[in-house]
Amino acid sequence: MAAAADCGTGAGSTGSIGAAACKNNVTSFQRKGPRASGTDSGCSRLVSIAGTRPSVRNGQLLVSTGLPALDQLLGGGLAVGTVLLIEEDKYNTYSSLLFKFFLAEGIINGHTLLVASAKEDPADILQELPAPLLDDNCKKDFDEDVCNHKTPDSNIKMKIAWRYQLLPKMESGPVSSSRFGHYYDASKRMPQELIEESKWHGFFFPEKLSSTLTTEPRSLTGGYRKLLQFIQNVIYEEGFDGSNPQKKQKNILRIGIQNLGSPLWGDDICCTENCDNSHSLTKFLYVLRGLLRTSLSACIITMPTHLIQNKAVISRVTNLSDTVVGLESFTGSGRETNPLYKDYHGLIHIRQIPRLNNLIYDVSDVKDLAFKLKRKLFTIECITKLTSYGTQGQKYLLPGHLQRKFAINKNRYFRTLHNLNKTY
Amino acid sequence: GKLTLLCDAKTDGSFLVHHFLSFYLKANCKVCFVALVQSFSHYNIVGRKLGVSLTAARECGQLVFLEGLKSSVDVFFRAQAEPHPLQFLREADVGNLQPLYEFIREALKPMEDGQAAWRYPVLLVDDLSVLLSLGLGAVAGLDFMHYCRVAVCWEQKGNIVALVHDSGDAEDEENDILLNGLSHQSHLILRAEGLATGFCRDVHGQLKILWRTPSQPAAQRDRSLTYQYKIQDKSVSFFAKGMSPAVL
Repeated sequence: MAAAADCGTGAGSTGSIGAAACKNNVTSFQRKGPRASGTDSGCSRLVSIAGTRPSVRNGQLLVSTGLPALDQLLGGGLAVGTVLLIEEDKYNTYSSLLFKFFLAEGIINGHTLLVASAKEDPADILQELPAPLLDDNCKKDFDEDVCNHKTPDSNIKMKIAWRYQLLPKMESGPVSSSRFGHYYDASKRMPQELIEESKWHGFFFPEKLSSTLTTEPRSLTGGYRKLLQFIQNVIYEEGFDGSNPQKKQKNILRIGIQNLGSPLWGDDICCTENCDNSHSLTKFLYVLRGLLRTSLSACIITMPTHLIQNKAVISRVTNLSDTVVGLESFTGSGRETNPLYKDYHGLIHIRQIPRLNNLIYDVSDVKDLAFKLKRKLFTIECITKLTSYGTQGQKYLLPGHLQRKFAINKNRYFRTLHNLNKTY
Repeated sequence: GKLTLLCDAKTDGSFLVHHFLSFYLKANCKVCFVALVQSFSHYNIVGRKLGVSLTAARECGQLVFLEGLKSSVDVFFRAQAEPHPLQFLREADVGNLQPLYEFIREALKPMEDGQAAWRYPVLLVDDLSVLLSLGLGAVAGLDFMHYCRVAVCWEQKGNIVALVHDSGDAEDEENDILLNGLSHQSHLILRAEGLATGFCRDVHGQLKILWRTPSQPAAQRDRSLTYQYKIQDKSVSFFAKGMSPAVL
């Protein structure tokens, strides 16, 4: 389609702008392994990997997390070679959704996937991935604005606009998947053909329980050890760490680990406060990060931190991960009926963003963020509220709450409310 | 022969590590850097912004760099013939840091051939709290630092700079033991904290500097200073409390 070709070149020019930017910044850098710090010749090679783009700040190679709103909050995307840790919400509804967005983004971009879970068969997880949103009337320019990383303004508002654009799955060469970040429809399933075309490896822990792998080193619990060895095998055999020079086109490996730290992995860190193998999880994270830093891969881990009894472990895990995002859903809690949070399904906390190759990092000014899952889309918005110090200690919202207090008969649809919409 | 302790609470104190690394490299000292948290290219790129080249320093022998992340993968998946500095990763029960100590001692040994091009040796550790996460106890960490102090500070008249995270209210007892133990032994403590009032765009945190004399308890009063800082792309700017350019 002509429209698709236009969009392809448009996105391609974005990549080259990024490449030019990183050329200016990184004049005499030496490329150290596949970890993308950017060089003159390296930039052109890096841009050609589908689904990635260099960061405008430091030329770091970024991949999309599957949710453009989250990409913008994290400073453009998830850096290749880093770990995104998602602290699960109480009933694991929304964190598994983010997990699936990440994997679906990998399939759309043609990345290789590695799915590890102790609860569900990876094949089943892949069947449940959300479908990408398609729209024939693509507005190319607007889409570039959404995809490009700009410094976030104070009223950062990631409202999903009404024009969606997705390049159809014409898989041949870099033109097709050169777009960064897609939107997904959470109510539909990804078409079967896309899943079958993609390359993925699955690690389902109950299947591997009986198999005998090398037993040393014994310093980790069995599940973690086997998972690490599996990941290392995949990285080595498929050449993600640059060890296989015959590989003609580089690709990214997206690793997704679900419910890490839960008892299903054989770890009792969620059950007791002083457990025997309290270091298994942290050691696993450390060696995993070592593997990621030396290969072209990005990892998403969901962890039920609300179950971990020992707070020290949570802080250690946070220090050992690069990007940490916490989800707090309102289901079942007192906040569900709170009028402040009426339209939202939960809060999202960005707990940590890494400083990679830099002394500073992108941090948005907005700290109160909430998410909601509408019929189709997952959106993240900011909540602004004012607390009054005074009479009844009530929270006054700006300005909709004031309207509600003083004009009772006002139609509720005219309440501009606490979310600051930036409509296109 | 001084031990400098870098401590951060609720914020990221790694800018101090980058500063000391570039400072000592520019001062022509022989540096052994145990980098357990980030990869070599990260420090290299930030070092270039601060004006030193780590690759050049490593090639001419001024810098001995132990990259924790990369070596941990090697140690973990392949059994090593000779003891590796990070051997404790393979051990099931509480290991000790002796191989690491031997490595450091070997690295900072003065050259016998008389070509003493460098000034006194320096050991930089980033960071010690990670060692606790990797299965070592606080006592092992303290023992290791003690051995290093004897070897580096006393025998070779060098300096040690180490970074430890302060977990604050996370009740990490082992970390507190390590932190308190090292605080008593150190000559200079630099403590980077987040602002008590929360997040601010223009002031990234507060730095408390404390000079101590461990050998003379309570004889002199320890001097302390507090500054607030803002981290920029290539430097960090310090100003007195409340005197941020954004406020004035």
